[in-house]
Amino acid sequence: MLRDVLFTPFADMIAAPDFLLQVLWEGLVSGILYALIALGFVLIFRSSRIFNFAQGIMVVFAALTLVGFHAMGVPAWISVALTLAVMLALSVTIERVVLRPLVGQPDIILFMATIGITLFLIGFGEIIFGGENKVMITEQLGIPTGSFVLEPWGGLLILEQKDVTAVIVAALLVAALLAFLNYTRMGRAIRALGDDSQAALSVGISLQTIWVLVWFIAGIIALVTGIAWGARAGVSFALEVIAYKALPVLMLGGLESISGAIIGGLMIGMLEKLFEVYWGQPLMGGGTEAWFAFVLALVVLLFRPQGLFGEKIIERV
Amino acid sequence: MLYRTAGQFKTSYKADQALFPVRQDAVLLAIILTFAWVIFPLTASEFAFQTLLIPIMIYALAAMGLNILTGYAGQLSLGTAAFMGVGAYACYKMITLMPWLNPVVAILLSGVFSAGIGVVFGIPSLRIKGFYLAIATLAAQFFLVWLFEKWSWLYNDNASGAIQVPNLEMFGTYIAGPQAASVTEYYVVLFVVSLLTLLCINLTRGTLGRTWKATRDMDIAAELIGINLMKSKLTAFAISSYIVGVAGALYVFMWKGAAEPNVFDIPLSFQVLFIAIIGGLGSILGNFLGAILIVGLPVILNLLPAAIGVQIDSAMVEHLNVMIIGSLIIFFLIVEPHGLAALWRLIREKLIIWPFPH
Repeated sequence: MLRDVLFTPFADMIAAPDFLLQVLWEGLVSGILYALIALGFVLIFRSSRIFNFAQGIMVVFAALTLVGFHAMGVPAWISVALTLAVMLALSVTIERVVLRPLVGQPDIILFMATIGITLFLIGFGEIIFGGENKVMITEQLGIPTGSFVLEPWGGLLILEQKDVTAVIVAALLVAALLAFLNYTRMGRAIRALGDDSQAALSVGISLQTIWVLVWFIAGIIALVTGIAWGARAGVSFALEVIAYKALPVLMLGGLESISGAIIGGLMIGMLEKLFEVYWGQPLMGGGTEAWFAFVLALVVLLFRPQGLFGEKIIERV
Repeated sequence: MLYRTAGQFKTSYKADQALFPVRQDAVLLAIILTFAWVIFPLTASEFAFQTLLIPIMIYALAAMGLNILTGYAGQLSLGTAAFMGVGAYACYKMITLMPWLNPVVAILLSGVFSAGIGVVFGIPSLRIKGFYLAIATLAAQFFLVWLFEKWSWLYNDNASGAIQVPNLEMFGTYIAGPQAASVTEYYVVLFVVSLLTLLCINLTRGTLGRTWKATRDMDIAAELIGINLMKSKLTAFAISSYIVGVAGALYVFMWKGAAEPNVFDIPLSFQVLFIAIIGGLGSILGNFLGAILIVGLPVILNLLPAAIGVQIDSAMVEHLNVMIIGSLIIFFLIVEPHGLAALWRLIREKLIIWPFPH
């Protein structure tokens, strides 16, 4: 028994390094997607202390809108533009209808409100788009669909080109976001609001504008995530479950940290795949991906209660 | 007029802290209890029992358990459904392993198991706080549901992977299972819920309740005035999980009749959380008001299109339901963030001074 836990998995890894690489690659790709969702969370949490549960459904909603526009005969790239317009309208509506009346309420009330938004968008999306699984318009968007076949150590490693594209696009998006937050006026305003909302308001930063902006950026991230994930697994409301996967990523990385979200996402993506393939399936009957990330994050949190990269929690009486 | 408190003098601290310092509250409760114990069972239809009365009671109980933890002790939990599952599976195992056990006793005992598991998952709360803790309770949620699926001993290795409630007898009548009458099931549920509600009211009024509230309001300050945080948080987790576990056992044994592991998935957790929050955190009454709203609303929404003569297919109704409930949650949060219980408190204040404005 102990041998199965401590020795056999590692022996398997060394015996078939190409398979190990394949597992790690798969983990990396899903990790990127977890990281992207977590990024949307972090952005909103940093600027408004709202724990936005609706990020997952925003991914689904963005992807469905894109596919829906294309199904109506709109060319692919114009569909993307129209989807962005819809996401902007959505963030303005959310800010006006939900967030503005709730300014200053306890965190848990705002959190519940985002669950309300989630339910609303689920019902609304099902009515407009229907519940069936749809195919993402991968080719129309110019995303390559072939695959690279590598043969390290005489083995076999298959990298799908759309996954490679997703990784590159995600990296570009993160770089652009970091540049935006650090070097533009608006970006600095967002960070100022996150650091001290009273002080930010007193120097003339508009809370409303920033909230709309932040939710819109979260919407853009949601669209990118939706395209990337939809290209792998199709677009349906089942996508919503990946939103839950972003939560342990947040815990691991820290609720405020952008780099934490990225690193946490990649770590969780790879470790949960490794655990599932080498320990979960042979020893526990599989399906461990459902909880592994949470338990891992829980263990890390016991040692660092603010996550790996979160701001140190200082409490005063 | 009816709610005038003038003339009801208290001469001792004890009398002031009694369960019903105002006579009208006691009368009102007596009326509600008469309805619950006598009038509803005599008049309700099978449909009313199965879609309203029994589920409202069970959901209110589950929300009460959550409310002890979140509303009184301030520890946000998203894993309620999993603890309901622990209660249900524990009850099932006890009933099938020891068929001679009295079913009501089994239901009340099943909470003990979920209390144990609750304490284990409550230990991180000593270090982790706020939203971090909320996500940590999701670890319990996903792990336990996975366990219900994979550990076949829990459902006696049957092929369907679901637990099936057998016919259970007490004093010569069936009280659970396919043969039981709705009214008997209702009485069992009502008995358990009344018992635990009384327990909760008294717990939250006493030393333990005050310790919880101090922990909720600021745990460091509570520690400084000499409250043992470990004891306070872990008792909250234990008692909360006990009540939630009993609610879970009732949920399967007295209402659903059978359950698969995915019944205890995260939507149920959220439903219970909605009830607790819309009802009002830190209130016992709120759980019942919230349950009436959250359970009753879909029933009304389902009946409404037929009643006004509009033809909508059932899938559409389902989606509309989700949409409407989502918007109503937002609406209630905006109108009264402290929940329906706060609304009742306001109405009561107004009634006491009525017809004068101040």
